[in-house]
Amino acid sequence: MIQFFNVSKFYPNGVKALVGATIHIEKGEFVFLVGPSGAGKSTLIKLIFREELPTKGQIYIGGRSIIRMKRREVPCLRRQIGMVFQDFRLLPDRTVFENVAFAMQVVGAGPQEIKRRVPEVLELVGLKERAQMYPRQLSGGEQQRVAIARALVNKPTLLIADEPTGNLDMDTSWEIINYFQEINRRGTTVLIATHAREIVDTLRQRVIALDRGRIVRDEHQGVYAHAT
Amino acid sequence: MSTRVFMLMQLRTALYVFQEAFRSLRRNGWLNFAAAGTTAVSLFVLGIAVLLVVNTNYISKTVESNVEIMVYLDRGLEQDDMKAIRTQIETTPGVKEVRFISKEEALATLAKRFGKESKLNESLGGTNPLPDAFRIRMSEPRQVASAAASISRLPGVEKVRYGQGVVEKMFKLTAWIRLISMAVMGLLGVCSVFLIATTIRLTMFARRREISIMKWVGATDWFVRWPFLLEGIILGAAGALVAVAVLGFSYNALTAKLQEVLAFLPVVRDYRVLIQLFEGLFAAGIGLGLVGSFISVHRYLRV
Repeated sequence: MIQFFNVSKFYPNGVKALVGATIHIEKGEFVFLVGPSGAGKSTLIKLIFREELPTKGQIYIGGRSIIRMKRREVPCLRRQIGMVFQDFRLLPDRTVFENVAFAMQVVGAGPQEIKRRVPEVLELVGLKERAQMYPRQLSGGEQQRVAIARALVNKPTLLIADEPTGNLDMDTSWEIINYFQEINRRGTTVLIATHAREIVDTLRQRVIALDRGRIVRDEHQGVYAHAT
Repeated sequence: MSTRVFMLMQLRTALYVFQEAFRSLRRNGWLNFAAAGTTAVSLFVLGIAVLLVVNTNYISKTVESNVEIMVYLDRGLEQDDMKAIRTQIETTPGVKEVRFISKEEALATLAKRFGKESKLNESLGGTNPLPDAFRIRMSEPRQVASAAASISRLPGVEKVRYGQGVVEKMFKLTAWIRLISMAVMGLLGVCSVFLIATTIRLTMFARRREISIMKWVGATDWFVRWPFLLEGIILGAAGALVAVAVLGFSYNALTAKLQEVLAFLPVVRDYRVLIQLFEGLFAAGIGLGLVGSFISVHRYLRV
Protein backbone atom coordinates (compact mmCIF):
# COMPACT_ATOMS: atom_id res chain seq x y z
CA MET A 1 0.00 0.00 0.00
CA ILE A 2 2.69 2.48 1.09
CA GLN A 3 6.32 2.01 0.11
CA PHE A 4 9.13 4.41 0.98
CA PHE A 5 12.56 3.69 -0.48
CA ASN A 6 15.37 5.60 1.18
CA VAL A 7 13.33 8.79 1.34
CA SER A 8 14.88 12.04 2.61
CA LYS A 9 13.33 15.46 2.94
CA PHE A 10 15.47 18.53 3.57
CA TYR A 11 13.80 21.90 3.83
CA PRO A 12 15.41 25.01 2.35
CA ASN A 13 16.03 26.37 5.86
CA GLY A 14 18.40 23.46 6.51
CA VAL A 15 16.08 21.28 8.58
CA LYS A 16 16.53 17.58 7.84
CA ALA A 17 12.95 16.49 8.43
CA LEU A 18 13.40 12.94 7.18
CA VAL A 19 16.62 11.03 6.54
CA GLY A 20 16.82 7.80 4.52
CA ALA A 21 13.43 6.41 5.52
CA THR A 22 12.45 2.99 4.15
CA ILE A 23 8.96 1.81 5.08
CA HIS A 24 6.59 -0.85 3.78
CA ILE A 25 3.00 -0.83 4.91
CA GLU A 26 0.73 -3.57 3.56
CA LYS A 27 -2.90 -3.21 2.64
CA GLY A 28 -5.16 -3.58 5.68
CA GLU A 29 -2.51 -2.81 8.28
CA PHE A 30 -3.02 -0.66 11.36
CA VAL A 31 0.07 1.42 12.09
CA PHE A 32 1.03 3.94 14.77
CA LEU A 33 3.60 6.57 13.94
CA VAL A 34 5.25 7.84 17.14
CA GLY A 35 8.06 10.15 18.15
CA PRO A 36 8.68 13.52 19.79
CA SER A 37 7.49 16.76 18.19
CA GLY A 38 9.62 17.64 15.18
CA ALA A 39 10.71 14.05 14.64
CA GLY A 40 9.33 14.03 11.10
CA LYS A 41 5.86 12.52 11.51
CA SER A 42 4.05 15.38 9.84
CA THR A 43 6.59 15.48 7.02
CA LEU A 44 6.08 11.77 6.41
CA ILE A 45 2.33 12.29 6.14
CA LYS A 46 2.75 15.28 3.85
CA LEU A 47 4.93 13.13 1.59
CA ILE A 48 2.33 10.37 1.37
CA PHE A 49 -0.28 12.97 0.60
CA ARG A 50 2.02 14.62 -1.91
CA GLU A 51 1.72 17.95 -0.25
CA GLU A 52 5.53 17.90 -0.37
CA LEU A 53 7.96 16.16 -2.68
CA PRO A 54 10.97 14.35 -1.17
CA THR A 55 14.50 15.62 -1.71
CA LYS A 56 15.70 12.06 -2.36
CA GLY A 57 14.19 8.60 -2.63
CA GLN A 58 11.13 6.99 -4.16
CA ILE A 59 7.55 6.71 -2.84
CA TYR A 60 4.87 4.30 -4.10
CA ILE A 61 1.24 4.53 -3.05
CA GLY A 62 -0.95 1.66 -4.24
CA GLY A 63 1.82 0.55 -6.59
CA ARG A 64 2.21 3.95 -8.28
CA SER A 65 5.18 6.25 -7.96
CA ILE A 66 3.91 9.57 -6.68
CA ILE A 67 7.22 11.27 -7.48
CA ARG A 68 6.73 10.85 -11.19
CA MET A 69 3.06 11.74 -10.88
CA LYS A 70 1.85 14.82 -12.76
CA ARG A 71 0.31 17.69 -10.87
CA ARG A 72 -3.11 17.10 -12.34
CA GLU A 73 -3.06 13.47 -11.19
CA VAL A 74 -2.66 14.45 -7.55
CA PRO A 75 -6.41 14.89 -6.89
CA CYS A 76 -6.88 11.29 -8.01
CA LEU A 77 -4.32 10.12 -5.43
CA ARG A 78 -5.94 12.13 -2.66
CA ARG A 79 -9.36 10.66 -3.38
CA GLN A 80 -7.96 7.28 -2.34
CA ILE A 81 -6.76 8.73 0.94
CA GLY A 82 -8.91 9.96 3.82
CA MET A 83 -7.30 12.58 6.05
CA VAL A 84 -8.09 13.41 9.69
CA PHE A 85 -6.36 16.26 11.50
CA GLN A 86 -5.78 17.26 15.10
CA ASP A 87 -7.79 20.47 14.63
CA PHE A 88 -10.66 18.72 12.74
CA ARG A 89 -10.62 21.27 9.87
CA LEU A 90 -14.36 21.46 9.38
CA LEU A 91 -15.99 24.34 7.55
CA PRO A 92 -17.66 26.39 10.28
CA ASP A 93 -20.37 27.84 8.02
CA ARG A 94 -21.71 24.45 6.94
CA THR A 95 -23.77 21.86 8.74
CA VAL A 96 -22.45 18.41 9.61
CA PHE A 97 -24.28 17.02 6.59
CA GLU A 98 -22.88 19.68 4.27
CA ASN A 99 -19.35 19.20 5.57
CA VAL A 100 -19.47 15.52 4.69
CA ALA A 101 -21.37 16.08 1.44
CA PHE A 102 -18.74 18.63 0.42
CA ALA A 103 -16.15 15.87 0.01
CA MET A 104 -18.54 14.03 -2.32
CA GLN A 105 -19.38 17.11 -4.39
CA VAL A 106 -15.68 17.65 -4.91
CA VAL A 107 -15.37 14.29 -6.66
CA GLY A 108 -18.43 14.97 -8.78
CA ALA A 109 -21.00 12.79 -7.01
CA GLY A 110 -24.68 13.31 -7.78
CA PRO A 111 -27.34 14.52 -5.36
CA GLN A 112 -29.06 11.12 -5.01
CA GLU A 113 -25.75 9.46 -4.29
CA ILE A 114 -24.95 12.11 -1.68
CA LYS A 115 -28.37 11.76 -0.04
CA ARG A 116 -27.86 8.04 0.25
CA ARG A 117 -24.21 7.89 1.27
CA VAL A 118 -23.86 10.76 3.78
CA PRO A 119 -26.42 9.45 6.34
CA GLU A 120 -24.73 6.06 5.97
CA VAL A 121 -21.33 7.31 7.14
CA LEU A 122 -22.85 9.63 9.75
CA GLU A 123 -24.56 6.57 11.20
CA LEU A 124 -21.24 4.77 11.24
CA VAL A 125 -19.74 7.47 13.49
CA GLY A 126 -22.97 7.78 15.50
CA LEU A 127 -23.91 11.31 14.42
CA LYS A 128 -27.01 10.70 12.33
CA GLU A 129 -29.16 12.94 14.56
CA ARG A 130 -26.60 15.74 14.50
CA ALA A 131 -26.70 16.11 10.69
CA GLN A 132 -28.30 19.56 10.66
CA MET A 133 -26.07 21.05 13.39
CA TYR A 134 -23.09 23.32 12.86
CA PRO A 135 -19.59 22.35 14.04
CA ARG A 136 -19.57 24.94 16.85
CA GLN A 137 -22.63 23.26 18.38
CA LEU A 138 -20.71 20.00 18.76
CA SER A 139 -18.15 18.77 21.29
CA GLY A 140 -14.55 18.18 20.22
CA GLY A 141 -15.07 14.42 19.99
CA GLU A 142 -18.17 14.88 17.86
CA GLN A 143 -16.36 17.29 15.56
CA GLN A 144 -13.58 14.75 15.09
CA ARG A 145 -16.17 12.12 14.25
CA VAL A 146 -17.57 14.44 11.56
CA ALA A 147 -14.03 14.75 10.20
CA ILE A 148 -13.74 10.94 10.18
CA ALA A 149 -17.07 10.67 8.36
CA ARG A 150 -15.82 13.15 5.78
CA ALA A 151 -12.59 11.16 5.38
CA LEU A 152 -14.55 7.93 4.87
CA VAL A 153 -17.36 9.12 2.66
CA ASN A 154 -15.50 8.50 -0.59
CA LYS A 155 -14.46 4.98 0.53
CA PRO A 156 -10.71 5.55 0.64
CA THR A 157 -8.31 2.60 0.71
CA LEU A 158 -6.06 4.45 3.15
CA LEU A 159 -6.95 6.52 6.19
CA ILE A 160 -4.31 8.84 7.65
CA ALA A 161 -4.74 10.68 10.93
CA ASP A 162 -2.32 13.32 12.21
CA GLU A 163 -2.62 13.49 16.01
CA PRO A 164 -6.36 12.84 15.86
CA THR A 165 -6.71 12.76 19.63
CA GLY A 166 -4.37 15.66 20.40
CA ASN A 167 -7.21 18.00 21.37
CA LEU A 168 -9.38 15.43 23.14
CA ASP A 169 -9.61 13.98 26.64
CA MET A 170 -8.77 10.34 27.35
CA ASP A 171 -12.28 8.87 27.18
CA THR A 172 -13.06 10.67 23.93
CA SER A 173 -9.69 9.64 22.52
CA TRP A 174 -10.49 6.00 23.11
CA GLU A 175 -13.83 6.45 21.46
CA ILE A 176 -12.16 7.94 18.38
CA ILE A 177 -9.52 5.20 18.29
CA ASN A 178 -12.29 2.60 18.43
CA TYR A 179 -13.77 4.08 15.27
CA PHE A 180 -10.40 3.79 13.58
CA GLN A 181 -10.18 0.14 14.62
CA GLU A 182 -13.66 -0.50 13.28
CA ILE A 183 -12.73 1.14 9.98
CA ASN A 184 -9.56 -0.96 9.85
CA ARG A 185 -11.54 -4.15 10.43
CA ARG A 186 -13.59 -3.28 7.32
CA GLY A 187 -10.38 -3.44 5.29
CA THR A 188 -9.06 0.13 5.18
CA THR A 189 -5.38 0.66 5.86
CA VAL A 190 -4.98 3.02 8.84
CA LEU A 191 -1.96 5.15 9.71
CA ILE A 192 -2.09 7.25 12.88
CA ALA A 193 0.57 9.70 14.01
CA THR A 194 0.13 10.14 17.74
CA HIS A 195 1.49 11.13 21.15
CA ALA A 196 -1.05 9.06 23.04
CA ARG A 197 1.29 6.66 24.82
CA GLU A 198 -1.43 4.84 26.73
CA ILE A 199 -3.40 4.03 23.59
CA VAL A 200 -0.36 2.76 21.69
CA ASP A 201 0.82 0.65 24.63
CA THR A 202 -2.63 -0.88 25.14
CA LEU A 203 -3.40 -1.78 21.52
CA ARG A 204 -0.03 -3.41 20.72
CA GLN A 205 -0.25 -2.70 16.99
CA ARG A 206 2.59 -2.06 14.59
CA VAL A 207 4.63 0.96 15.75
CA ILE A 208 7.03 3.02 13.62
CA ALA A 209 9.11 5.35 15.80
CA LEU A 210 10.81 8.43 14.41
CA ASP A 211 13.48 10.54 16.03
CA ARG A 212 15.15 13.55 14.45
CA GLY A 213 14.07 12.45 11.00
CA ARG A 214 15.27 8.84 11.28
CA ILE A 215 13.29 5.66 11.75
CA VAL A 216 14.60 4.30 15.04
CA ARG A 217 12.14 1.46 15.49
CA ASP A 218 9.62 -0.52 13.45
CA GLU A 219 7.98 -3.41 15.30
CA HIS A 220 4.79 -5.36 15.15
CA GLN A 221 2.86 -5.41 18.43
CA GLY A 222 5.06 -2.51 19.51
CA VAL A 223 4.83 0.01 22.32
CA TYR A 224 5.19 3.79 22.49
CA ALA A 225 8.73 3.72 23.89
CA HIS A 226 11.11 1.22 25.40
CA ALA A 227 12.11 1.83 28.99
CA THR A 228 15.74 2.85 28.97
CA MET B 1 -16.57 6.41 -18.82
CA SER B 2 -19.32 6.92 -21.39
CA THR B 3 -19.93 10.32 -22.89
CA ARG B 4 -23.34 10.62 -21.28
CA VAL B 5 -22.06 10.00 -17.79
CA PHE B 6 -19.24 12.43 -18.40
CA MET B 7 -21.64 15.13 -19.56
CA LEU B 8 -23.85 14.52 -16.56
CA MET B 9 -20.87 15.08 -14.31
CA GLN B 10 -20.01 18.28 -16.15
CA LEU B 11 -23.57 19.49 -15.66
CA ARG B 12 -23.43 18.65 -11.97
CA THR B 13 -20.16 20.47 -11.64
CA ALA B 14 -21.56 23.53 -13.39
CA LEU B 15 -24.53 23.47 -11.04
CA TYR B 16 -22.19 23.12 -8.10
CA VAL B 17 -20.09 26.07 -9.31
CA PHE B 18 -23.13 28.36 -9.42
CA GLN B 19 -24.41 27.13 -6.07
CA GLU B 20 -21.05 27.67 -4.41
CA ALA B 21 -20.53 31.10 -5.96
CA PHE B 22 -23.90 32.36 -4.77
CA ARG B 23 -23.56 30.71 -1.37
CA SER B 24 -20.28 32.45 -0.83
CA LEU B 25 -21.68 35.77 -2.07
CA ARG B 26 -24.38 35.41 0.58
CA ARG B 27 -22.14 34.28 3.38
CA ASN B 28 -19.22 36.68 2.98
CA GLY B 29 -21.52 39.68 2.83
CA TRP B 30 -19.47 42.63 3.99
CA LEU B 31 -16.24 41.48 2.40
CA ASN B 32 -17.97 41.11 -0.95
CA PHE B 33 -19.56 44.48 -0.44
CA ALA B 34 -16.08 45.92 0.12
CA ALA B 35 -14.73 44.22 -3.00
CA ALA B 36 -17.61 45.39 -5.20
CA GLY B 37 -17.42 48.85 -3.64
CA THR B 38 -13.70 49.08 -4.32
CA THR B 39 -14.26 48.03 -7.91
CA ALA B 40 -17.02 50.60 -8.26
CA VAL B 41 -14.94 53.45 -6.84
CA SER B 42 -11.87 52.50 -8.88
CA LEU B 43 -13.80 52.24 -12.11
CA PHE B 44 -15.64 55.47 -11.33
CA VAL B 45 -12.38 57.35 -10.89
CA LEU B 46 -10.93 55.62 -13.92
CA GLY B 47 -14.03 56.58 -15.88
CA ILE B 48 -13.59 60.22 -14.88
CA ALA B 49 -10.02 60.08 -16.12
CA VAL B 50 -11.09 58.50 -19.41
CA LEU B 51 -13.82 61.12 -19.88
CA LEU B 52 -11.23 63.78 -19.19
CA VAL B 53 -8.97 62.37 -21.87
CA VAL B 54 -11.81 61.98 -24.36
CA ASN B 55 -12.92 65.55 -23.78
CA THR B 56 -9.49 67.16 -23.90
CA ASN B 57 -8.89 65.28 -27.11
CA TYR B 58 -12.18 66.49 -28.45
CA ILE B 59 -11.55 70.09 -27.41
CA SER B 60 -8.02 70.00 -28.82
CA LYS B 61 -9.30 68.61 -32.07
CA THR B 62 -12.06 71.19 -32.35
CA VAL B 63 -9.66 74.01 -31.65
CA GLU B 64 -7.09 72.60 -34.04
CA SER B 65 -9.55 72.14 -36.85
CA ASN B 66 -10.45 75.80 -36.62
CA VAL B 67 -6.98 76.65 -37.80
CA GLU B 68 -7.06 78.06 -41.34
CA ILE B 69 -4.66 79.52 -43.85
CA MET B 70 -5.32 82.75 -45.68
CA VAL B 71 -3.57 83.04 -49.03
CA TYR B 72 -3.44 86.58 -50.46
CA LEU B 73 -2.87 86.84 -54.18
CA ASP B 74 -0.98 89.32 -56.30
CA ARG B 75 -3.05 92.01 -57.90
CA GLY B 76 -4.07 91.77 -61.52
CA LEU B 77 -3.95 88.00 -62.00
CA GLU B 78 -5.88 86.42 -64.83
CA GLN B 79 -8.66 83.94 -64.18
CA ASP B 80 -6.45 81.14 -65.52
CA ASP B 81 -3.64 82.02 -63.15
CA MET B 82 -6.02 81.90 -60.22
CA LYS B 83 -7.38 78.55 -61.34
CA ALA B 84 -3.85 77.19 -61.60
CA ILE B 85 -3.03 78.41 -58.08
CA ARG B 86 -6.23 76.87 -56.76
CA THR B 87 -5.36 73.49 -58.26
CA GLN B 88 -1.88 73.75 -56.80
CA ILE B 89 -3.27 74.49 -53.35
CA GLU B 90 -5.84 71.73 -53.55
CA THR B 91 -3.13 69.16 -54.24
CA THR B 92 -1.02 70.28 -51.29
CA PRO B 93 -1.01 67.49 -48.64
CA GLY B 94 -3.24 68.14 -45.60
CA VAL B 95 -5.58 70.56 -47.38
CA LYS B 96 -9.26 69.76 -46.98
CA GLU B 97 -11.17 72.65 -48.41
CA VAL B 98 -10.35 75.76 -50.44
CA ARG B 99 -12.67 78.74 -50.74
CA PHE B 100 -12.11 81.74 -53.00
CA ILE B 101 -12.74 85.14 -51.42
CA SER B 102 -12.85 87.93 -53.98
CA LYS B 103 -11.64 91.37 -53.01
CA GLU B 104 -15.26 92.63 -53.26
CA GLU B 105 -16.43 90.02 -50.83
CA ALA B 106 -13.55 90.83 -48.49
CA LEU B 107 -14.41 94.51 -48.56
CA ALA B 108 -18.06 93.80 -47.83
CA THR B 109 -17.11 91.67 -44.84
CA LEU B 110 -14.78 94.37 -43.62
CA ALA B 111 -17.43 97.04 -44.01
CA LYS B 112 -19.89 94.92 -42.07
CA ARG B 113 -17.37 94.53 -39.29
CA PHE B 114 -16.76 98.28 -39.07
CA GLY B 115 -20.44 98.97 -38.91
CA LYS B 116 -22.84 100.96 -41.07
CA GLU B 117 -21.81 104.33 -39.72
CA SER B 118 -18.12 103.92 -40.46
CA LYS B 119 -18.34 105.16 -44.06
CA LEU B 120 -15.51 102.86 -45.03
CA ASN B 121 -16.20 103.16 -48.73
CA GLU B 122 -16.14 106.94 -48.62
CA SER B 123 -12.89 107.10 -46.73
CA LEU B 124 -11.27 104.73 -49.21
CA GLY B 125 -12.39 106.96 -52.02
CA GLY B 126 -14.28 104.28 -53.87
CA THR B 127 -11.20 102.10 -54.46
CA ASN B 128 -10.65 98.62 -53.08
CA PRO B 129 -7.18 98.11 -51.61
CA LEU B 130 -7.82 94.50 -50.64
CA PRO B 131 -6.39 91.58 -52.59
CA ASP B 132 -8.18 88.46 -53.80
CA ALA B 133 -7.61 85.53 -51.47
CA PHE B 134 -8.12 81.84 -50.79
CA ARG B 135 -9.22 80.56 -47.40
CA ILE B 136 -7.95 77.04 -46.70
CA ARG B 137 -9.17 74.55 -44.11
CA MET B 138 -6.87 71.72 -43.21
CA SER B 139 -7.73 68.06 -42.76
CA GLU B 140 -4.43 67.66 -40.97
CA PRO B 141 -4.05 70.77 -38.80
CA ARG B 142 -0.55 69.72 -37.82
CA GLN B 143 0.65 70.16 -41.39
CA VAL B 144 -0.40 73.77 -41.43
CA ALA B 145 3.13 75.18 -41.23
CA SER B 146 4.57 73.05 -44.02
CA ALA B 147 1.51 73.57 -46.23
CA ALA B 148 1.72 77.34 -45.72
CA ALA B 149 5.42 77.32 -46.58
CA SER B 150 4.94 75.43 -49.85
CA ILE B 151 1.95 77.56 -50.86
CA SER B 152 3.84 80.79 -50.23
CA ARG B 153 6.40 79.69 -52.82
CA LEU B 154 3.76 79.50 -55.58
CA PRO B 155 3.96 82.24 -58.23
CA GLY B 156 1.18 84.78 -57.93
CA VAL B 157 0.91 84.36 -54.16
CA GLU B 158 1.69 87.51 -52.28
CA LYS B 159 1.38 86.51 -48.69
CA VAL B 160 0.32 83.57 -46.52
CA ARG B 161 -1.15 83.98 -43.07
CA TYR B 162 -2.14 81.30 -40.54
CA GLY B 163 -1.46 82.87 -37.16
CA GLN B 164 2.22 81.99 -37.20
CA GLY B 165 3.61 81.41 -33.71
CA VAL B 166 0.21 81.20 -32.01
CA VAL B 167 -0.73 77.99 -33.79
CA GLU B 168 2.54 76.31 -32.87
CA LYS B 169 2.09 77.27 -29.23
CA MET B 170 -1.46 75.97 -29.24
CA PHE B 171 -0.35 72.64 -30.67
CA LYS B 172 2.28 72.34 -27.97
CA LEU B 173 -0.30 73.08 -25.31
CA THR B 174 -2.82 70.54 -26.58
CA ALA B 175 -0.06 67.94 -26.85
CA TRP B 176 0.85 68.53 -23.21
CA ILE B 177 -2.75 68.36 -22.09
CA ARG B 178 -3.14 65.06 -23.90
CA LEU B 179 0.05 63.67 -22.40
CA ILE B 180 -0.83 64.70 -18.85
CA SER B 181 -4.38 63.40 -18.99
CA MET B 182 -3.13 60.10 -20.44
CA ALA B 183 -0.58 59.83 -17.63
CA VAL B 184 -3.26 60.51 -15.02
CA MET B 185 -5.47 57.87 -16.57
CA GLY B 186 -2.67 55.31 -16.64
CA LEU B 187 -1.77 56.00 -13.03
CA LEU B 188 -5.35 55.66 -11.88
CA GLY B 189 -5.67 52.44 -13.84
CA VAL B 190 -2.68 50.91 -12.06
CA CYS B 191 -4.00 52.13 -8.70
CA SER B 192 -7.39 50.52 -9.22
CA VAL B 193 -5.83 47.19 -10.19
CA PHE B 194 -3.81 47.16 -6.96
CA LEU B 195 -6.79 48.20 -4.88
CA ILE B 196 -8.96 45.47 -6.31
CA ALA B 197 -6.24 42.82 -6.08
CA THR B 198 -5.75 43.67 -2.40
CA THR B 199 -9.43 43.44 -1.63
CA ILE B 200 -9.79 40.12 -3.39
CA ARG B 201 -6.73 38.77 -1.63
CA LEU B 202 -8.41 39.70 1.63
CA THR B 203 -11.49 37.75 0.58
CA MET B 204 -9.33 34.78 -0.33
CA PHE B 205 -7.39 34.96 2.90
CA ALA B 206 -10.64 34.59 4.77
CA ARG B 207 -11.32 31.47 2.75
CA ARG B 208 -7.91 29.83 2.47
CA ARG B 209 -9.09 27.18 4.94
CA GLU B 210 -11.94 26.23 2.66
CA ILE B 211 -9.59 26.07 -0.31
CA SER B 212 -7.09 23.85 1.47
CA ILE B 213 -9.83 21.50 2.70
CA MET B 214 -11.08 21.19 -0.85
CA LYS B 215 -7.60 20.29 -1.99
CA TRP B 216 -7.22 17.72 0.79
CA VAL B 217 -10.37 15.87 -0.15
CA GLY B 218 -9.08 15.65 -3.72
CA ALA B 219 -10.58 18.56 -5.61
CA THR B 220 -8.93 19.47 -8.90
CA ASP B 221 -7.53 22.96 -9.29
CA TRP B 222 -10.27 24.01 -11.69
CA PHE B 223 -12.95 22.67 -9.40
CA VAL B 224 -11.65 24.93 -6.66
CA ARG B 225 -11.12 27.84 -8.99
CA TRP B 226 -14.41 28.07 -10.85
CA PRO B 227 -16.68 29.26 -8.02
CA PHE B 228 -14.14 31.90 -7.06
CA LEU B 229 -13.81 33.07 -10.65
CA LEU B 230 -17.57 33.28 -11.06
CA GLU B 231 -17.76 35.19 -7.81
CA GLY B 232 -15.06 37.56 -9.03
CA ILE B 233 -16.93 38.11 -12.30
CA ILE B 234 -20.19 38.83 -10.47
CA LEU B 235 -18.53 41.22 -8.02
CA GLY B 236 -16.62 42.99 -10.80
CA ALA B 237 -19.75 43.32 -12.91
CA ALA B 238 -21.77 44.63 -9.95
CA GLY B 239 -19.11 47.19 -9.13
CA ALA B 240 -18.84 48.25 -12.76
CA LEU B 241 -22.60 48.61 -13.05
CA VAL B 242 -22.71 50.98 -10.09
CA ALA B 243 -19.73 52.94 -11.43
CA VAL B 244 -21.21 53.25 -14.92
CA ALA B 245 -24.62 54.29 -13.61
CA VAL B 246 -23.22 56.99 -11.31
CA LEU B 247 -20.77 58.16 -13.95
CA GLY B 248 -23.40 58.26 -16.68
CA PHE B 249 -25.88 60.30 -14.67
CA SER B 250 -23.39 62.73 -13.24
CA TYR B 251 -21.64 63.26 -16.58
CA ASN B 252 -24.91 63.89 -18.31
CA ALA B 253 -26.01 66.41 -15.67
CA LEU B 254 -22.62 68.11 -15.58
CA THR B 255 -22.23 68.53 -19.33
CA ALA B 256 -25.80 69.78 -19.70
CA LYS B 257 -25.06 72.46 -17.12
CA LEU B 258 -21.70 73.21 -18.70
CA GLN B 259 -23.24 73.77 -22.10
CA GLU B 260 -25.64 76.26 -20.57
CA VAL B 261 -22.93 78.24 -18.84
CA LEU B 262 -19.97 77.82 -21.20
CA ALA B 263 -21.64 77.37 -24.54
CA PHE B 264 -18.41 77.87 -26.50
CA LEU B 265 -16.67 74.96 -24.76
CA PRO B 266 -17.05 71.82 -26.85
CA VAL B 267 -17.84 68.72 -24.73
CA VAL B 268 -18.47 65.19 -25.91
CA ARG B 269 -22.17 64.45 -25.74
CA ASP B 270 -22.26 61.89 -28.51
CA TYR B 271 -24.02 59.02 -26.77
CA ARG B 272 -22.41 56.44 -29.10
CA VAL B 273 -18.97 57.42 -27.86
CA LEU B 274 -20.20 57.37 -24.26
CA ILE B 275 -21.89 53.98 -24.59
CA GLN B 276 -18.70 52.57 -26.03
CA LEU B 277 -16.82 53.98 -23.07
CA PHE B 278 -19.27 52.52 -20.57
CA GLU B 279 -19.13 49.15 -22.27
CA GLY B 280 -15.38 49.34 -21.92
CA LEU B 281 -15.64 50.11 -18.21
CA PHE B 282 -18.08 47.24 -17.70
CA ALA B 283 -15.74 44.84 -19.47
CA ALA B 284 -12.86 46.21 -17.39
CA GLY B 285 -14.85 45.49 -14.19
CA ILE B 286 -15.46 41.89 -15.23
CA GLY B 287 -11.87 41.50 -16.32
CA LEU B 288 -10.55 42.91 -13.06
CA GLY B 289 -12.76 40.58 -11.01
CA LEU B 290 -11.70 37.59 -13.07
CA VAL B 291 -7.98 38.31 -13.11
CA GLY B 292 -8.02 39.39 -9.47
CA SER B 293 -9.61 36.17 -8.24
CA PHE B 294 -7.50 34.03 -10.56
CA ILE B 295 -4.29 35.51 -9.16
CA SER B 296 -5.49 35.41 -5.57
CA VAL B 297 -6.81 31.84 -5.63
CA HIS B 298 -3.60 30.70 -7.30
CA ARG B 299 -1.63 31.43 -4.12
CA TYR B 300 -3.75 29.09 -2.04
CA LEU B 301 -3.94 26.27 -4.55
CA ARG B 302 -0.36 25.21 -3.80
CA VAL B 303 -1.35 22.61 -1.24
